[in-house]
Amino acid sequence: MPKQNRPDRTRRLILQSALAGLVTGCGLAWWPKGARAADAALWPKDAFTQKTEADAIKALYGKAAEASDQVKLDAPEIAENGAVVPIAVSSALPNVTSISIMVSENPFPLAASYKIPPGTSAMVANRLKMAKTSKVVALVESDGKIYSATKEVKVTVGGCGG
Amino acid sequence: MASTIRVRAVASGDVTEVQALVQHPMDSGFVKDAQGNLIPPHHIEVVDFQHAGKTVFTALWGPAVAKDPYIKFNFKGGQKGDDISVSWVDNKGESDSLTAKIS
Amino acid sequence: MLRVIAVLIAALFLAGARPAAAADAINPDADFKAFRDYFTKKFPNVPLNDFVNGPYSMDAGLRKQWEAIEDFPPYDFAVDRGKDMFATPFKNGKTYGDCFPNKGIGIRQDYPYFDLKTGEVITLELALNRCRETNGEASYSYVKDEMASLTAYMAFTSRGKPFDIKIPNDPRARAAYENGAKYFYSRRGQLNFSCASCHVQSAGEHIRTEVLAPALGILAAMPIYRSEWGGMGTISRRFVTCNSQVRGVPLDPQDENYRDVEYYLSYMANGLPISGPGARP
Repeated sequence: MPKQNRPDRTRRLILQSALAGLVTGCGLAWWPKGARAADAALWPKDAFTQKTEADAIKALYGKAAEASDQVKLDAPEIAENGAVVPIAVSSALPNVTSISIMVSENPFPLAASYKIPPGTSAMVANRLKMAKTSKVVALVESDGKIYSATKEVKVTVGGCGG
Repeated sequence: MASTIRVRAVASGDVTEVQALVQHPMDSGFVKDAQGNLIPPHHIEVVDFQHAGKTVFTALWGPAVAKDPYIKFNFKGGQKGDDISVSWVDNKGESDSLTAKIS
Repeated sequence: MLRVIAVLIAALFLAGARPAAAADAINPDADFKAFRDYFTKKFPNVPLNDFVNGPYSMDAGLRKQWEAIEDFPPYDFAVDRGKDMFATPFKNGKTYGDCFPNKGIGIRQDYPYFDLKTGEVITLELALNRCRETNGEASYSYVKDEMASLTAYMAFTSRGKPFDIKIPNDPRARAAYENGAKYFYSRRGQLNFSCASCHVQSAGEHIRTEVLAPALGILAAMPIYRSEWGGMGTISRRFVTCNSQVRGVPLDPQDENYRDVEYYLSYMANGLPISGPGARP
């Protein structure tokens, strides 16, 4: 009987619970007409259409960010594929109300912004597109001030016929 | 009942970890099709997560979020068996929503 | 003298050529052993079952990103859709399950097989379309969408099960296997690469940012959600695009040569676990 190595077992466990989630997750979703919970009006169009990192931060938060080692940015050294780069941000700073992620060399640097209400952790994991090798900047709003961490992620074209 | 949303919410102690995967093209507007024409931007703008009638997380997404986007966060106060609701709206006004149980 | 021959054979294998175990004799078992030994010697630190994870068994940085994606993988949608398709009867009331042993559940590791009646290699994709045609439904494209959803679901129900490919003691079966091996090792296209040039000779090396997956177990993760494709693709899709990428003229999906290559590669993976569906760059 071939020995199952850890990643396979972990994946199967994850998938087993995913199937369980699937059974319970196909629930009825009913929203009163016109009262959609995801409100497009919340979308900060101005910030998302700024062409520089500095302008995007200003549009989003109205103030500059200061670098802080209390902002933890988890991103690969070399992206496996620029189309799907797993990036995570977390922070131990107090009273975090917002986390945003910028990809400096993207046509629009602001990639995503997250609102963190009280009771929600200062942590987010997502997958972003990166057009090319770029600094990735994580921004955390804590007690009204903005803190940042930066990491360079290398992106090149995939080799398999790219 | 194929929803575009898959959500996995697991309570452990007083913290609920939520992961969601949404099926969406997330077209950035910068990519050309086979004929050389730009594919117009078509991406989710807002994703809202609610528990017990309150928003516990809001994602504001631009075109640089990957196709079939993923999100993970966690919050305090959810319990096994509680409902968690997810809804999204995109730049074309399309939307979807789903309610799942925390396990 | 024997040692010299052994060294020459090893050298030929390293050059991407195929070792001739015994002149002109089709010997799948000897091939199997030589193939496996080559990879386990080349990558002594990779646990045998990990080869099915392709590039991720070869590079720690890529593996970490892959594990983040496997946390909630984008092929989940295809698995769901495949499951729904399996539950939906054809117009005549029959279902996919009626065309397969065990209702199609947990059988992916037995494909491809050699059909002694018709004298051909039957792959899972071919069997699925034949199932549709037999039941009065139009066939699907082999490269993505519905075919990918169906094979994703079937692979998922077989996760962890070891490949169990049989070559019956029939000259036609052995010839199909041998044809697959020959195709795999033959150079083609403007770039003059064979499948082996990349996946045997250069396995584990970089081709720009991507790491070449070892041929050992390379089909175990299929079908795959490739970030590059922004979606799912089947074994047919990968064989077709591989040919294009070496600037050769691709064959039609499920061409006899492609099916024979799938037969060869799957036999070489016997005992290794199905890891599909998979996520790849």
